Amino acid sequence: AEALKTHPGPYSGRLTPTPEEFVTGYNNFYEFGMEKDDPVSHSSDFHPLPWTLEIGGMVKKPQRLDVGALLKSSDIEERIYRMRCVEAWSMVIPWDGIPLAKLLQAAEPDSAAKYVAFESVVRPSEMPGQSSAFSGISWPYVEGLRLDEAMNPLTLLAVGIYGESLPNQNGAPIRLVVPWKYGFKGIKSIQRIRLTDKQPPTTWNRLAPEEYGFYANVNPQVDHPRWSQASERVIGSKTLFGTKRQPTLMFNGYEEQVADLYRGMNLHDNF
Amino acid sequence: MSGFVRRQWAFILYPLGLLPAVWLVWQGQNGGLGADPVNVFERSLGLWAFRFLLICLALAPLQRMVRFNLLRFRRLTGLLAFFYAVLHLAAYVALDLQFDIRIFGRDLMHRPFIILGMAALALLLPLALTSNRWSMMRLKRGWKRLHRLVYGAAVLAGIHFFLSFKTLNRTSALYLGLLGLLLVARGPLVWSSVRRRVAGRP
Repeated sequence: AEALKTHPGPYSGRLTPTPEEFVTGYNNFYEFGMEKDDPVSHSSDFHPLPWTLEIGGMVKKPQRLDVGALLKSSDIEERIYRMRCVEAWSMVIPWDGIPLAKLLQAAEPDSAAKYVAFESVVRPSEMPGQSSAFSGISWPYVEGLRLDEAMNPLTLLAVGIYGESLPNQNGAPIRLVVPWKYGFKGIKSIQRIRLTDKQPPTTWNRLAPEEYGFYANVNPQVDHPRWSQASERVIGSKTLFGTKRQPTLMFNGYEEQVADLYRGMNLHDNF
Repeated sequence: MSGFVRRQWAFILYPLGLLPAVWLVWQGQNGGLGADPVNVFERSLGLWAFRFLLICLALAPLQRMVRFNLLRFRRLTGLLAFFYAVLHLAAYVALDLQFDIRIFGRDLMHRPFIILGMAALALLLPLALTSNRWSMMRLKRGWKRLHRLVYGAAVLAGIHFFLSFKTLNRTSALYLGLLGLLLVARGPLVWSSVRRRVAGRP
């Protein structure tokens, strides 16, 4: 990982980051395997650079972003965000990145564009999980946001953590961070971003639609069919009897910034 | 020595069966279970319960292949399965939910995943309580019928185990395959007992 030139961005509050070893050693990244330690142990063959991120679809100015150059720029902000996994555990992660809105504005979305579709990478030779017969996931991993969610100032494209470029297991070289949504919305190793007028398919929703919705907003009142989302295990203790559990916050604590996006919407139906 | 082992195997095998639990607690307190130790701990206990249940079910089919008496280990493996299932539930309630009874109550009312696991444990309870010579003598032929519940418990536990993963994977495929194999292997025995009962009626 290379050191980045970053400056503090907004919304970090007074959060204390989880120790780095947990954030880089405990990952869901099925492209590298299904266990939490698979991504760190099976991602060394993945070569993220050089990398071009395409932004296209319903835009006036399609973009081709050189991520290697972005890593050297001085536009990178540090944002310390809560990360709530749909599996009922949480971390606090100091991300380094740029607001997605900045890139989308440069592409000038058409007025008819309503959604943003994201697509990850397919490289079975470098990503052993993609050639596994199990999991049932059809690659590439895809995700999506409503355009107003994508334009929200909280939404980040991260290129680093803890002041250094992203390790492979965390989604190198560029990934999405949407802190008020469950972690699986944060698609990793993004190759293509496409603006569209139709709600795009999303990987976990396709796999188990009754368990994972398109919105996937963190909501302590809407449980997963198999477990409660009212509270969460706090990652950061290595001991069995020292592990803490804390209440889960509405929109993961970002209610003030995002509640307006969902005014009048039934959040039980649109989970 | 070998004569002692043959006669007093229980004194050696019961503590041996408890070793995985001791090892998990030791690892859990010394950083050996990774970033989310509670999750690994409770899942491992559940898996050990399922493993002992599968071994218990495997003894009768295997008996047909060996001269050595395997059937006497059914009580040992069955009780260990029950013991690990109880620890599994205790870890869930005490370490994971940290005694949040509201969450646990909603689990029991609404979630098939949890209900199936609890039902499997509930089926094992009368079996554990009657796994002694006194109950066998008191219940006579009823004892055998009662202990057929172990198949129901294994099927419920199997579904619960399958549901504990987000997708099918190597581990769940392996264990469910083993369970399927054991149920098929028991098929002839079940069938012959059904036939015997039908034939025995006037």
